[in-house]
Amino acid sequence: MALSADLIGQTFSTGHPYVVTADKVAEFAAATQTPYQPGDVPPATFPIVVAFPAIMALLEDEQVGLDLARIVHGEQRFTYTRPIQIGDELSATLQVDRVRSMAGSDIITTTSRITDAAGELVCDAKATLIHRGEDA
Amino acid sequence: MNIGDVLGPLQYSITRDDLVAYAKASGDHNPIHQDEAAAQAIGLPTVVAHGMLTMALAARALHQWTGGPGNVGELGVKFTKPVPVWADRPAELEISGEVTAREGDHATIRLTVTCEGEKVLGVSRAQVTGLPTP
Repeated sequence: MALSADLIGQTFSTGHPYVVTADKVAEFAAATQTPYQPGDVPPATFPIVVAFPAIMALLEDEQVGLDLARIVHGEQRFTYTRPIQIGDELSATLQVDRVRSMAGSDIITTTSRITDAAGELVCDAKATLIHRGEDA
Repeated sequence: MNIGDVLGPLQYSITRDDLVAYAKASGDHNPIHQDEAAAQAIGLPTVVAHGMLTMALAARALHQWTGGPGNVGELGVKFTKPVPVWADRPAELEISGEVTAREGDHATIRLTVTCEGEKVLGVSRAQVTGLPTP
């Protein structure tokens, strides 16, 4: 299935900010075998918790028409502007950067900008999502 | 930490229980990480680890090598092979690094992550900061 080129530049977000709590960070650290003391900077991949709902907003958008069962996570990159802190109110807005077809699959490159309550950039979370073709 | 230094290897195990804990902590409840039938329906041999859990363990290795959290300025990986997690034995990951650049308190580390001898992450690289300077 070829995706519409109109998808490029479209944005997806979840509407309400994510409040970073010590409990949530401790749970994530424990689930990733990472030592954590209250007050420590969260593990480096923690922003996926904030970006994930924006990614799901894209994947579940009926207008876009993706089949969730055929989505594979191809690449992921985090680029920090500053460390995340407990109490941060973070919002993620995903933008579709690029869509291309390869061997029957669609490859969707996205950037989720994670910003704080002041609207300042904290981290860019780039995800490449592969929508496998029927025969891929 | 100087150019050419080899870091690790470090070993981490992933069990089915770990996948349940990661799903809860991350919000990623895709059934291919929990349910044998769902994984097999898309051609996988059994349930597979979340790619993001494998990436998190690579970050955890960086945490070990750089002396704590907060030192990662950039981390990027490509998910090249699934990590199968069988019901009766954990998946064993081995993670090593090599310092490919060093300037001031910054370094670039190339990561190699394997499971049962096969690379599961490709082009994996981190920029770390806040290193002690000579």
